[in-house]
Amino acid sequence: MSSNKKYWKSVEELNENSSIVETLRNNEFVEAIPTDEFLGDKDSLSNSSTTRRDFLKYVGFSTAAASLAACEGPVIKSIPYVVQPEQIIPGIADYYATSMFDGFDFANLLVKTREGRPIKIENNTIEGAKFSANARVHASVLSMYDNMRLKQPKVDQKNATWSDVDAKVKASLADAKATGAQVVLLTGTLASPSTEKLVSEFLANNPTAKHVIYDAVSSSDALDAFQAVYGERALAEYEFEKAATIVSVGADFLGDWQGGGYDKGYAQGRVPKQGKMSKHIQLEANMTLSGAAADKRIPMSVAEQIQALVKIFSIVTGTPVTLGKLSNEVEIVKIAEQLNQSGSKGVLVSGIDDKNAQLLVLAINAKLNSEAFNPNQTRQIRKGSNQAVAQLVSDLNGGKVHTLIMSGVNPVYTLADGKAFAEGLKKAKLSVAISLKEDETASLTTIAAPAPHYLESWGDVQIIKGTYGLTQPTIRPLFNTRQLQDNLLVWNGNAKTYYEYLKEAWTGVLVGKTWSQAVHDGIFVSSTVSSNVATGADFSAAATALSQAKPSSELELNLYTKTGMGDGQQANNPWLQEFPDPITRASWDNYLTISKADAEKYGVENHNVANGGLNGSYVTVTVGGTKLERVPVIIQPGQAKGTAGLALGYGKKAALKEAMQVGVNAYTLYKGFNSTQSATIAMESGEHEFACVQLQKTLMGRGDIIKETTLTIFNTEKDAKKWNPPPMVSMDHKPIEATKVDLWESFDRSVGHHFNLSIDLNSCTGCGACVIACHAENNVPVVGKSEVRRSRDMHWLRIDRYYSSEDTFAGDNKKKDEFDGLTGEKGSLGGFGELEHPADNPQVAFQPVMCQHCNHAPCETVCPVAATSHSRQGQNHMAYNRCVGTRYCANNCPYKVRRFNWFLYNKNNEFDFHMNDDLGRMVLNPDVNVRSRGVMEKCSMCIQMTQATILKAKKEGREVNAGEFQTACSNACSTGSLAFGDVNNKESEVAKLVEDDRMYHLLEHVGTKPNVFYHVKVRNI
Amino acid sequence: MSSHYEAPIRKPLVIGDKSYHDVTVDVAAPVEGRANKQWWIVFSIALTAFLWGVGCMIYTISTGIGTWGLNKTVGWAWDITNFVWWVGIGHAGTLISAVLLLFRQKWRMAINRSAEAMTIFSVMQAGLFPIIHMGRPWLGYWVLPIPNQFGSLWVNFNSPLLWDVFAISTYLSVSLVFWWTGLLPDFAMLRDRAITPFTKRVYSILSFGWSGRAKDWQRFEEVSLVLAGLATPLVLSVHTIVSFDFATSVIPGWHTTIFPPYFVAGAVFSGFAMVNTLLIIMRKVSKLEAYITIQHIELMNIVIMITGSIVGVAYITELFVAWYSGVEYEQYAFLNRATGPYAWAYWAMMTCNVFSPQFMWFKKLRTSIMFSFVISIVVNIGMWFERFVIIVTSLHRDYLPSSWTMFSPTFVDIGIFIGTIGFFFVLFLLYARSFPVIAQAEVKTILKSSGEFYKKKREEEGHHNH
Repeated sequence: MSSNKKYWKSVEELNENSSIVETLRNNEFVEAIPTDEFLGDKDSLSNSSTTRRDFLKYVGFSTAAASLAACEGPVIKSIPYVVQPEQIIPGIADYYATSMFDGFDFANLLVKTREGRPIKIENNTIEGAKFSANARVHASVLSMYDNMRLKQPKVDQKNATWSDVDAKVKASLADAKATGAQVVLLTGTLASPSTEKLVSEFLANNPTAKHVIYDAVSSSDALDAFQAVYGERALAEYEFEKAATIVSVGADFLGDWQGGGYDKGYAQGRVPKQGKMSKHIQLEANMTLSGAAADKRIPMSVAEQIQALVKIFSIVTGTPVTLGKLSNEVEIVKIAEQLNQSGSKGVLVSGIDDKNAQLLVLAINAKLNSEAFNPNQTRQIRKGSNQAVAQLVSDLNGGKVHTLIMSGVNPVYTLADGKAFAEGLKKAKLSVAISLKEDETASLTTIAAPAPHYLESWGDVQIIKGTYGLTQPTIRPLFNTRQLQDNLLVWNGNAKTYYEYLKEAWTGVLVGKTWSQAVHDGIFVSSTVSSNVATGADFSAAATALSQAKPSSELELNLYTKTGMGDGQQANNPWLQEFPDPITRASWDNYLTISKADAEKYGVENHNVANGGLNGSYVTVTVGGTKLERVPVIIQPGQAKGTAGLALGYGKKAALKEAMQVGVNAYTLYKGFNSTQSATIAMESGEHEFACVQLQKTLMGRGDIIKETTLTIFNTEKDAKKWNPPPMVSMDHKPIEATKVDLWESFDRSVGHHFNLSIDLNSCTGCGACVIACHAENNVPVVGKSEVRRSRDMHWLRIDRYYSSEDTFAGDNKKKDEFDGLTGEKGSLGGFGELEHPADNPQVAFQPVMCQHCNHAPCETVCPVAATSHSRQGQNHMAYNRCVGTRYCANNCPYKVRRFNWFLYNKNNEFDFHMNDDLGRMVLNPDVNVRSRGVMEKCSMCIQMTQATILKAKKEGREVNAGEFQTACSNACSTGSLAFGDVNNKESEVAKLVEDDRMYHLLEHVGTKPNVFYHVKVRNI
Repeated sequence: MSSHYEAPIRKPLVIGDKSYHDVTVDVAAPVEGRANKQWWIVFSIALTAFLWGVGCMIYTISTGIGTWGLNKTVGWAWDITNFVWWVGIGHAGTLISAVLLLFRQKWRMAINRSAEAMTIFSVMQAGLFPIIHMGRPWLGYWVLPIPNQFGSLWVNFNSPLLWDVFAISTYLSVSLVFWWTGLLPDFAMLRDRAITPFTKRVYSILSFGWSGRAKDWQRFEEVSLVLAGLATPLVLSVHTIVSFDFATSVIPGWHTTIFPPYFVAGAVFSGFAMVNTLLIIMRKVSKLEAYITIQHIELMNIVIMITGSIVGVAYITELFVAWYSGVEYEQYAFLNRATGPYAWAYWAMMTCNVFSPQFMWFKKLRTSIMFSFVISIVVNIGMWFERFVIIVTSLHRDYLPSSWTMFSPTFVDIGIFIGTIGFFFVLFLLYARSFPVIAQAEVKTILKSSGEFYKKKREEEGHHNH
């Protein structure tokens, strides 16, 4: 701004032509500066206080100061809010309820956001929210911050704008309408009432259009069967908590069978209450989570399972079916009789991909009048039709499809004949893929339209009939994305946004709840659900058809989905890649699992190399002419002879970091959407290097690590010390319980909070949700395949999996106790060697192990710098800043739970995972610091969470409520196996659990006095 | 110090017609002469190994401990194995110079200088490992109880690693002072013989102005005695404390009360073997056969045999206690040592440490220079395996089978170990060419009583007197 103001310096300026003013203007210093005089006079110079030395000092200082100032410090941009958003308080987390369904996984969630960033997935525990997050859903928050997402629309692989996309699509739709050519909308199961409405509007606008629903992992046969009997294309819901006898014929219902999510109900019935717990019998080919949890597991091929199912059907329903002699005839008959005895308390489920088999399941449950079988509140999350997809592929290749719009599917990768689909895609005039990633399909289509992640989207989902979940965005879309529904609105010529459309669609449906309340709750339960009535179907014919099925003589291949990867859509998620499979404990891979007998037959080997890494042979798997080469093999205890397992979801290449491009694509063998295939295998040269976190498969007869008993003993033996024996030591030549001997004087721990964590081995299914939740909460680094292989996984919480070496763990203990001498028949030298090998059909036990927070911690005494020490509240602290990294603590930890930062795991190109890019680091929890190289780390019992709880209560001027304390793992545990709390609060659940007869501490005899305790596993045998 | 009479039945400790001047000349010869070709070859190899080790250490410190073969279950392996091995080797020097001095064993005089040098050089190697094995070695000074501004954070006095810090630093400083005290008159000898002003200057500084007056000698004797008294408990305490690293833990195979005596015996065992290795070469190269005689070697072989047997008894006691304790984890730990995946290491240890020293019962073998040399190497290999067996086989399979794994060294593990061997020999070779390798002043005190020349002369005179 220029100014016209004039400032007067003296009155002289009033006088025009004043020489003084003129002189001053030309010469700033009116009087001559006596430089010469000063410098010339030696005396005054030498008297001057500024000596030559001082002068040099000044020069030196100013040079140094100038050069220092010239060095640029790191510029850290911090932009303050101009207007602080409502409800965002720095340092305080906000939670938003939402529901998710990505075509495979579904859950009712609470999303934890910090400063506007979603950083953690929690379970929505509001009434009616039934579905907890599994490991993959917990990890899904990281998939949003995936730097390899499709960030803006592309037309012909070139960046474009949404208006280009809209123009092209609209033109193509108009052309198709005009020419009467076929338009296909190919989506995964939507299970969204508003989207279905939108789709129907789209179909109405485009009379030549049809909607094809495609589930990558299909439940089409079960849907067909249910539709045939009950008239609705949906899946029956099962409530396992109501069952006393559960028979599963090849259904991994604790895994991903029909979407999964059954573990909560199942676990309720598995904890003995009033002397009762359910009995679970599993007939299966692959070793699954369900098989691992079963009281009785009979390994059998799917072909045998079908025969067994027919037999059970024939006994339960009294329908005569001619059937050959079964190999396990006696056992199968017993199972059928058991079901009959249980009556309405019995339930049978099956995972056989065959409509007839699924019909028999419905017949058996209907006959039993099973309480656990719910045909009314059906599951809506699988709708895909195998026939429709097959028809689409042939239409595409016949050039009949004019415009193909795909959303949330990747058929080029997930279809067995993905190549045929890719070929057909070229024949369509216009193909659109609405996708998170530029995956195999999106990179071949005309238009690749970026979709937002569910955490950035609006939506609704009906997981089970009558219960609606609402999806709300928790962050503004990170990229230039637009969700399917918004696209359809635009292409339908509707000016509304999907949010408006959604809100409108819900007005009227919401009874007794406002829209805002429904969004807040993330769920709305409708009070009226119509019942499905069974119409007859020819079950007897189905049984006859099944009984005549010929078992194939070749190797039976059973395709399955891994707990850590599911259908493979999150393959670029480092948490999931590093997640050790609960059964094999191998990470970063899929592999063929075969039985030991078959391994010997084919000459396949597994062995551990010098550093402990597991190596396995490669084979080529051939199914109906399709070859899958270089498939690594793991010898799997419990795998039925003559069968092999292989996980889907691996072997992806597109839009994946190189480190994540692991495994082989088993979808190519998923022919006819049948998970059971007849295969042949041939050995290949070379060995595969696995990243398996557990080398030793068995418990070595160490029954005090996982204590077990049977329901009979548990019910009849009132003296708990008989089946939960405390370890004994000798003091003054008298036996005394180890827990009663103490070298130290104990603190008074009854004052203030004292945290304990309870782990019930009965209800832990090994699902691994806690492992990922811990990963997310505590910024646990991902170290990559080669480091995991070197036994350097960083998981703070691991789930140990043990197999029995004899038929049962009790047998192992007995064998060890009967060792007599070193050599000979019962010698310990040979005996321990035998105990190292798992049985062909072992018992399985899971044991989550994290830092046990010992009150007498061996790690604390040995640290030379006191970097690890104990708190008043029972937590064993780890002061990262103080740690110098001697690793003495880890060596002296009997539980081996301490993890060392062998390298710098963040901002290091050698470890190019999420912590190496700015976007991926957004997921980090600001309450937990990221550890530097060279320090030890371990479970902190989520001290950031317990402290936040204490502070919150303090601020509100109240005491902490019972049940208010939580850890990431206990929050994530859907089965209630993990319970956390303050034992000094007698009302808390954990205070009751610690008094339970089943309570024991791990390695009690060492005298560590842990604050984590376990509950004896009771088996119903 | 010693009378001039010694029973004729005792073998002479200095062979040949050595006069006092001959002793001076023989000891000064390697220092004053020029290095021969062999010395340069060996020195070059040692220096290369050392530099390779330095490279590996720099790589470790700049990249992380992950460059080693360690994992979540085996947190220590070659690092602490090497540490204990080097500390153990050091023990012979102190034992020879301090304990044998107190027991007035004259034969120690020819070997104590080099044995002590070995002690200091090996303790220096040992001291490297606790520092570089840290995840953040630049913060290694935190293990010292020094005033600080971290809120006056104090060290943890419960930790055996902290005791190690005190034990090793005490040991190094006492050994160094003791060694240097003994060196003073010998440095003075070199100073007095020096012909160039530079060497004269250097040796006069090193000799701390030794004048050779009676008062100097009196003080010298007193200080030696006091330091010997101080160092003697260290012989026992240092390795006892090192063994506490394991003995105070809760890991089966570590948690053992027998460790202190067992470790000390093992340390003396390996130390004597290393002294044998070094002196057998040095007596030849530096032409000191007249001073370091077969008898010296034989005596050291006897010590090796005895301590080897003690170690053997300790191994067997461990097995017995494991069985007798009835603790299944303990029993399995020892069963696994002997028959598990690292059984080869266990049996290598057993063969080298228990079996091989038993050959020393045969006089012919224990007076054979070649055989002694071979056994001395074998013993040190065995002692390295002993520490490896204790550390790695106990850790790799402890309580929870789920955490069991294996350890395999990387090139960095091996490189650092070789580097310390190189460093040790660099120091020793430099020492051999610049220090008086035999305590000539002390040897001179026994020349009259135990020198072959004087013994013979006395015998002849005795005959005349009759």
